[in-house]
Amino acid sequence: MTITSKEQTNAVEMRDIVLRFPGVLANDHVNFTLRRGEIHALLGENGAGKSTLMNILAGIYKPESGTILVNGDRAVFNSPKDAINRGIGMVHQHFMLVPTQTVTENILLGLNDPGFIMHLPRYDQKVADLAEKYGLKVQPTAKIWQLSVGEQQRVEILKTLYRGAEILILDEPTAVLAPQEIQELMETMRLMVQQGKSIVFISHKLNEVKRVADRLTVLRKGKVTADGIGLENITKETLAELMVGRKVLFQLNKNPHTPGDVVLDVQNVSALNNRGLPALKNVSFQLRKGEILGIAGIAGNGQSELAEVITGLRACQGNILVNCKQVANQSPKRAIEQGTAHIPEDRTGVGTAPGMALTGNMIMKSYDHAPISQKWRISYTAAREFASNLKEKYNIQAPSLSTQVNKLSGGNLQKVILAREISCGPTLIVAVQPTRGLDVGAIEGIQNLLLEQREKDAAVLLISEELDELLDLSDRIAVIFEGELAGIFPTEEADVKTIGLLMTGELRRQE
Amino acid sequence: MSFSFARFLPYKLHIQKRTDEVSRWLPLATSVGAIVLAFLISALILLLIGGDPIRTFGYFFNAAFGSWGALSDVVVKATPLLLIGLGCGLAFRMRLWNIGAEGQFYIGAFFASLVPLVPLVNMETTPKFVILLIMGLLGMLGGGLYGLIPGWLKAKFQVSEIISTLMLNYVAVFFNNYWIYSKFSDAGFQMTPMFPKSAWLPRLADYARQVKAFSGITLHLGVVFGLVAAVIIWVIITRSRWGYEINLIGDNPQAARYAGIDISRNIILVFMLSGALAGLAGMSEVSGVVHRLQERISTNYGFSGVIVAWLSKLNPFATILVSFLFGALIVAGREIQPSGLYFFIQGMILFLVISSDVLLHYKIELVRAAPEERK
Repeated sequence: MTITSKEQTNAVEMRDIVLRFPGVLANDHVNFTLRRGEIHALLGENGAGKSTLMNILAGIYKPESGTILVNGDRAVFNSPKDAINRGIGMVHQHFMLVPTQTVTENILLGLNDPGFIMHLPRYDQKVADLAEKYGLKVQPTAKIWQLSVGEQQRVEILKTLYRGAEILILDEPTAVLAPQEIQELMETMRLMVQQGKSIVFISHKLNEVKRVADRLTVLRKGKVTADGIGLENITKETLAELMVGRKVLFQLNKNPHTPGDVVLDVQNVSALNNRGLPALKNVSFQLRKGEILGIAGIAGNGQSELAEVITGLRACQGNILVNCKQVANQSPKRAIEQGTAHIPEDRTGVGTAPGMALTGNMIMKSYDHAPISQKWRISYTAAREFASNLKEKYNIQAPSLSTQVNKLSGGNLQKVILAREISCGPTLIVAVQPTRGLDVGAIEGIQNLLLEQREKDAAVLLISEELDELLDLSDRIAVIFEGELAGIFPTEEADVKTIGLLMTGELRRQE
Repeated sequence: MSFSFARFLPYKLHIQKRTDEVSRWLPLATSVGAIVLAFLISALILLLIGGDPIRTFGYFFNAAFGSWGALSDVVVKATPLLLIGLGCGLAFRMRLWNIGAEGQFYIGAFFASLVPLVPLVNMETTPKFVILLIMGLLGMLGGGLYGLIPGWLKAKFQVSEIISTLMLNYVAVFFNNYWIYSKFSDAGFQMTPMFPKSAWLPRLADYARQVKAFSGITLHLGVVFGLVAAVIIWVIITRSRWGYEINLIGDNPQAARYAGIDISRNIILVFMLSGALAGLAGMSEVSGVVHRLQERISTNYGFSGVIVAWLSKLNPFATILVSFLFGALIVAGREIQPSGLYFFIQGMILFLVISSDVLLHYKIELVRAAPEERK
């Protein structure tokens, strides 16, 4: 890579890119320019086409028309390998690492050098040097499963750098990180551009973009709505409008509300995760009627397991009382009968049956009582009426009631789940990452629905990795770290720094 | 999806995942298309080896549909395939890979045969319909219990039902043989004595005195069991609460558990019903066709039934049609030399129908390649 001779050319120029997926124009004559040595933010809602555009640049998709210039030269990518050879590396949202192998082994995976005989220590040194150069703290001999999510991300970045990437594409890299880790990542990004790398930073978090990016491009429904503009005079509101196409209010209707009796009483609960390792350690807390308790924490610290033991999906030790009835180690049915609604983390894997029609998914919690159930049979007339009412009430965008739900967008799928769960008139709602991956407009709607349930005196356990969301919605916040609750305090007393330190385990505070 | 030489062609195949809804008729159209294609390819092979496909298929057709007798044979062959196909189809809906229908068929036949062999009731004085009812119920009980074993193992210990059902097939065959040789043998032969007529399912030939055309027609009441079972299974999967649970578990077991459904209980129940249908097929075969218990009462019905279920895309009414087609292939295959042709066509159909599923999930278009790609 000779940089000096082409100092003036852009690192990447994508011109008039068109790519159509069945029914959607994912990229509609998109232009995108990445200057050398800049951090360029790419914004847009889900389905706006930003991942598609970057997958084209990484050689994963092929555009129907349009041209790509890398360092001023025409490039045609037939596979990701071609893109890597031109110095383009992408760090995907979902890591592609082998958990049982070391950092170095993962970085070398798929390369021709070393050959048949590996002399790992030599490569460990190379990896360590590279990590040093860009401030990516990671131990080359550590196994992947021993690493935190933030460290795994660093391995992914090192992987692309080791392959000689000059242009890095980071696909929503901050989604999985704690506040301190986000700060470190941003420092690394700055360090990388100082050393001549160019970075595309895909995000939908406006404040992060404002903190780190030099310029930004916004996509909406496959079209560019802001083409490489500077960040000086951009407000959060204008950005949101560029993304959504209408004014977004950023206004939640949170009214003062006094909590009532205890609905959920978790007493000394411990549980194992799927690998048989301790996931929850002696967790105790109470949740009252009309109260939202937020659980903050980095992914994988026991949040999923906490939701599962309360909803009866996972065995545990200790007591869990919902409305004074024991639900620990009972069937999921028992929790449902006690008025527990569950908005699961995994919408397609747990929350819905993807191949089933909208109706079938809507009646999942009410198929076994009247009017839908009539003795041994299901009245599909009643079921359709039930589903159609919910579809209208929650404004779910679907062609018909017989549409399979795997054809719905993420936001609409989440609305299906919420509509179904709320329709049961729950006394307790366990909501796990309810807004993850949704676009700005949909997030607002779902957050307001949760607040509405709070006013209807439901108790809400809100498990989220979005600190802002927890601060906006919760009455109290607890931090979970390595399966332990590291503190519960009223939201007014919470400060982001303390929460961040608790999330990474650097500070432990008892209530 | 392009081969290296493909870049020199002006057109290329464009394969894309379908995100739109497919028409309800598309699955039917692709299956029929695949069956037609299977016959065309078979015709081509016949032509290549110097045969005359038109005459061969004409002969084929005649052998299966050329006379009332032939047609009746087809339906008789189709009956066990229909019952087994329905049972397997139900299990497959829940993604339970019951390939133990062969064993369940044998145990069902054995249980039913106990009625005339032991005998469990007085074969002279008991009304015929009572005997047949008991035989039918015992056949279903036998098959059901034999289905309970892999179902219970799967539900309680997550034992792979593929292995357990496959192995239990062999156990059933030898279990059957043991009783035939040790207890019920007809003068040391590998068969039991013939059942008394009161244990025979009524056949059309029995009414030859009243209706002349029925003489020699071996069609028996078993086919009615199959048709009624198809309707019942259809009602279960499309109308009942249990069917909703089965469909939900089949689509996403995690979601079903989350919705409060007891999955273990459903695995056991579905396995038992699946086995009971195969057991009923066994009863229908010994009581309607063979009229005795013997070593080989099944010509791989249990395995062909799996194919039938799969080809009918688990739809009970399609199962009727597919089992009829397979019955016809079996009957015609007997008449044709070399007999391998029957297996060839059956294999071809299976291969093509299963491959045609791709068309339900992907759209394949022929598009003009962009000029810059053809360098």
